[in-house]
Amino acid sequence: MNEELFISGRNIHNIDPHLEIWEFPIALYLFLGGLAAGILLFASIAVLLDKEEKLPTTTIWAPIIAPIAIVIGLVALVFDLSHKMFVWQLYLAIRIESPMSWGAWVLLIVTPLSFLWVFSDLRKIFPKLDWKFPVLYKLEAFIREHKKFLAMVLIPLCLILGIYTGILLSAFNARPLWNNAILGPLFLTSGLSTAAAAIILLAKSDYEKHLFSKIDVGLIIIEIGLIIHMVMGYYAGGEAQIDAIQILINGDYSTMFFVFLVGLGLLFPLLLEVLELWGLKLSVIIPAILVLIGGLVFRILMVDAGQLTRILY
Amino acid sequence: MRYVMVIDTKKCVGCSDCVVACQVENDVPLGYCRDWVTESVSGKFPKVEMELRSERCNHCENPPCVRTCPTGASHTVDGGIVVVTGNKCIGCGACIESCPYDARYQHPEEGYVDKCTFCFHRVEKGMKPACVSVCPTRCMYFGDLHDPNSDVSRLLAERKYKVLAPEAGTKPQVYYLI
Repeated sequence: MNEELFISGRNIHNIDPHLEIWEFPIALYLFLGGLAAGILLFASIAVLLDKEEKLPTTTIWAPIIAPIAIVIGLVALVFDLSHKMFVWQLYLAIRIESPMSWGAWVLLIVTPLSFLWVFSDLRKIFPKLDWKFPVLYKLEAFIREHKKFLAMVLIPLCLILGIYTGILLSAFNARPLWNNAILGPLFLTSGLSTAAAAIILLAKSDYEKHLFSKIDVGLIIIEIGLIIHMVMGYYAGGEAQIDAIQILINGDYSTMFFVFLVGLGLLFPLLLEVLELWGLKLSVIIPAILVLIGGLVFRILMVDAGQLTRILY
Repeated sequence: MRYVMVIDTKKCVGCSDCVVACQVENDVPLGYCRDWVTESVSGKFPKVEMELRSERCNHCENPPCVRTCPTGASHTVDGGIVVVTGNKCIGCGACIESCPYDARYQHPEEGYVDKCTFCFHRVEKGMKPACVSVCPTRCMYFGDLHDPNSDVSRLLAERKYKVLAPEAGTKPQVYYLI
């Protein structure tokens, strides 16, 4: 047994005894980034499949959430920086090895594209809207004409954005609970699931509600599979990995993990959605809200718990 | 050239002079430190062993902080010393998260990330880092690992040594004689 102690009086705020560098703003940013990526991905796929008429919520209404979510997420992110005035330095460097650099550049492209997407459909939502300048009408017509091209550009970008929210954490081998290759796909799946839930909440037609209920059921099952995969991977790992996963299975965050994420965030909404699809008269609002809360809980859980884990020496 | 530090844990008495010297030399903000002393106790009574280690940034050969920095503020300079350019740093904390040694902190007044520089400003002038030069038991050595006649090369050839968390794959360059 090893007992390690600082004897020179080291007690740095937000680093000792364990890191608290990344907190709620980062978790919120990861959640909103995944949500926006998912919504834009569904909207793009629907447009490419010519389902604009059949899926108005997916292609017109829900995408309004995307730019709002991204902007709130970015504000949270910048708020979390300790040297805020130099944030522009992100755009003076392309660092292939740094996930955060990838994220910064992808967001630089996705954010304006998400605004353009919403802009092109805004008069469908507010028919009385007048753009005043003819150039804006021209732009609107141009985007509508090239919507499929925009969708094709957005699909890979949204996949990168969704995966990036996980890779941002998994790139740090110093924090064993983050350092697993499954976290990228897992956060992408979770982001898509929260996006499906948001569409269910906004959808007016039963067709759209049920379609996304089915999609969400599939995504939740994949997500549970990936979480089991992740936990098994930790138990098959080295000392640091086995030690790290204890925090979720039998430690400070196990209630949050089992009750609020696995139970209320995944299994319970899965059950409700399946029962509803089988014809039981249930509201789909409740599982959708639970999935959204579960998605945020998952990000908070991983961000907080990961910083408690470290390589022991 | 490859600057490394070699610390003799058998000679260290844990006086923390290295810590104070660093704080004074580098104007480290109050309550913060770029180096620190760890007391590591292992075994069970009556067979107990204690090791004292003066720890700091390991100026890794494969530094994860440089890899994860989104702006290139964290970079290596001559001799493999890892440094941060303050006005390129956005204070995102990625390097702090990536460091297995928790050797970095956000400067409480300036906001950028700060850490041990192996006293690069002194080393450039041919002097030793402040911590090394004040050590009362002379348990710390600094020099060029690529020079076979340097103190550090000779000690590492003669004595048993270890590095911290080698499994992190960072190839740390602060060696502890054991």
